[in-house]
Amino acid sequence: MNMVSEVWQSHRTQVTFAIMATILLFVGFNQSWPLALGIFNLCVISSIMALGVNIQWGYAGLFNVGIMGFAALGGLSVVLISQQPVTEAVEAGGFNMLIALILGVITVVVGVVLHNKKFNKWIVFAAIFLGFFAMRYFFADGANAIEKVNPAGTGYLGGLGLPVLLSWLVGGLAAAAAAWSIGKITLGLRSDYLAIATLGISEIIIYVIKNEDWLSRGVKNVTGLQRPVPYELQLQQAPWFQDLALTVGFGVREFSTIFVKLCYAGFFVTILVGLIIMANLALDSPWGRKVRAIRDNEVSAAAMGKNITRQHLQIFVIGSAIVGLAGAMLVTYNGLLNPTSYQPLRFTFLIWVMVIVGGSGNNLGSVVGAFIIWFLWIQAGPMGLWVAEVISNIAGEQSAVTLFIEDRVHHLRLVFMGGIMLMVMRFSPGGILPEKNKEL
Amino acid sequence: MVSESVDILNAFALLTNFIIVPAIAYGSQLALGALAVTLIYSILRFSNFGQGDSMAFGAVMVILMLALFQSDWANANFGAILPPFEFLSFVPTALYALPFAVVFTAIYLLVMDKLVYQHYRRIKAKPITVCMVSMGLMFVTGGIVRIINGPERMTFDDGARFLFSVRDFKEFTGLTQGIAIKTSQFLTVTMAILLVAFLFYFLNKTKTGKSMRAYSDNEDLALLSGIDPDRVVRVTWLIVATFTAIAGTLYGLDKGFLPFQYHQLLLPIFASVIVGGIGSPMGAIVGAFVVSFSELFLTYAYKKFLIYLLPGYVPDSLVQLIGVEYKYAISFVILVVVLLIRPTGIFKGKVV
Repeated sequence: MNMVSEVWQSHRTQVTFAIMATILLFVGFNQSWPLALGIFNLCVISSIMALGVNIQWGYAGLFNVGIMGFAALGGLSVVLISQQPVTEAVEAGGFNMLIALILGVITVVVGVVLHNKKFNKWIVFAAIFLGFFAMRYFFADGANAIEKVNPAGTGYLGGLGLPVLLSWLVGGLAAAAAAWSIGKITLGLRSDYLAIATLGISEIIIYVIKNEDWLSRGVKNVTGLQRPVPYELQLQQAPWFQDLALTVGFGVREFSTIFVKLCYAGFFVTILVGLIIMANLALDSPWGRKVRAIRDNEVSAAAMGKNITRQHLQIFVIGSAIVGLAGAMLVTYNGLLNPTSYQPLRFTFLIWVMVIVGGSGNNLGSVVGAFIIWFLWIQAGPMGLWVAEVISNIAGEQSAVTLFIEDRVHHLRLVFMGGIMLMVMRFSPGGILPEKNKEL
Repeated sequence: MVSESVDILNAFALLTNFIIVPAIAYGSQLALGALAVTLIYSILRFSNFGQGDSMAFGAVMVILMLALFQSDWANANFGAILPPFEFLSFVPTALYALPFAVVFTAIYLLVMDKLVYQHYRRIKAKPITVCMVSMGLMFVTGGIVRIINGPERMTFDDGARFLFSVRDFKEFTGLTQGIAIKTSQFLTVTMAILLVAFLFYFLNKTKTGKSMRAYSDNEDLALLSGIDPDRVVRVTWLIVATFTAIAGTLYGLDKGFLPFQYHQLLLPIFASVIVGGIGSPMGAIVGAFVVSFSELFLTYAYKKFLIYLLPGYVPDSLVQLIGVEYKYAISFVILVVVLLIRPTGIFKGKVV
């Protein structure tokens, strides 16, 4: 017993990762390899999101309640960058939209300039109001025209038709831009204003994606997104692939899904490892020392001449960009943008549980947390069914109790996940892999 | 000439019916929620993200009690629930269930305080950490609400639907546009006035209320003068539970019960609190009305109003400034504008 705890204390990271690998192999051998790889890929994407949040919370103590919104911005970027443009729609409403966009930009710029030049705030307000009306006039016409073009098939502008990998980068940049504007307004004020503002912006991003059909097809979803990896059908027909499947000893069809998922895994793992290496290098650099000094004692750091608000803004933008990147990767992996899938529970809350459980402030911790929580989340469905089955055996198949439980049991996972988060925060605030105390 | 002035009256009747009356009711519901948030903020010193879901919890307790009232068991043992006076027959049954819901919500919040928040007070955690804990609790509460009542929309208002309906108003005044007041709207405003009056009396006149204000202003000095912090915290949660359960029930009576909608109320509530000045009860009320009136004024389609007001002019669109689907975005814009222009809010709240 003593030895076990000793090994655990000295090799926490290695032991945790070994356990994780074992669980995945277990799923692979016992259930199926595509399932195991699917879990693995989503774990890696969640890890990247958790890493972004961990940078904000663990490095700077910034509470981001809008993870969902930043991830959705990444997802929207995939559509806007990689989809083929719908030429008819562009011809129908593109000009009006362009004018509306230009007017919108002019309005914002004029508003900011007037505000900075200390004009009366009513003049600023009137200018913005006028600009808004002018923009809305062109916008309404454009949106109507675009949505009328083949609403069942397209009904939106489409994208730029550029490679999908570029859209991941753009997704990160879009999230960074949103984070910058939010951070610029709220950082430097009370610490929970940032939380409230991120909550607001994320809800609004989701409303826009859901309601602006000309932009994202709204709840009609955009399907068949471009992929950075080959399609299963093409692989199944290629002779070299059939030979390969034969050598490995899988059926061609099963091996094609495995192969595609492995390709994705290659992309995702490369990005995750790259980000973690960069994050760890940054934490050990003078920049990292400054960040930790600010986090641990704002007053002293300010006295040493560090600009705290600017530092917080920088960290907030970096973290959100990583979340946006992960959001773009997720949409690419799913192959569709489905606005109704953006639920605060799935995106904001689950990622937070991952960060807290894994260990805030420790980059590897967010990987561990993402893995454990995602695995529990996936398995919560079967577990709930199992509970329902046990109860139906006791209470009888058609009894009121059984029907009630079957109907409601999946809401138990909210309570369950919330409970895990509260317990970890209460009894082991460091999480599974606590941050190591580094010498400053 | 006569018809023109009648048209103007019609136009304003239209505005009153579709904007002013609903905005007053919605504002009162927001104000109760915002008062709860502001109280927790000034005494327990964190922003409570669980407010919306706690309100849903209060409403669910009412729904549970209603189911109990209307069950065969209750009818056999106590007879049907009847109003004590004839003139109270317009009141929905939910109102009789409300006291029970307040008690259950109070028990729930006090237990959660003991289990969760007490620890963070003892270790003097940073406010932002407690804020995050409250988000964890928000999802637990949301889960409980959905387990009890499912995630679907339901209504639980009975009794008379209108205090006076459009038809009554039209017969009374002879206008073509009517003003209706729903029972739930009337109840909302009455109860909000009573509760707010009680709160201000309590905070300003009673000894416990004064000790709460002292604790909020300067914790150390309050402790030094012998104020029992545990008691202050307990009383705060009791008041918060009362406001939360009542606000949740009134909102549910007015707009129907949908758990996710309560979750989304968080944004307008926070906007109200910050617009008014966080920590200031008066500010929370004013902020709530600012938010509710802007929401309704900006999302109303003015076509009919303009037709009445400008005879002979028929606009070709709905003349709606912002689509209804963006109503929560308005709260956010108000929030951002206040943070840009006057971060302390209208009534100078706490900014540190």
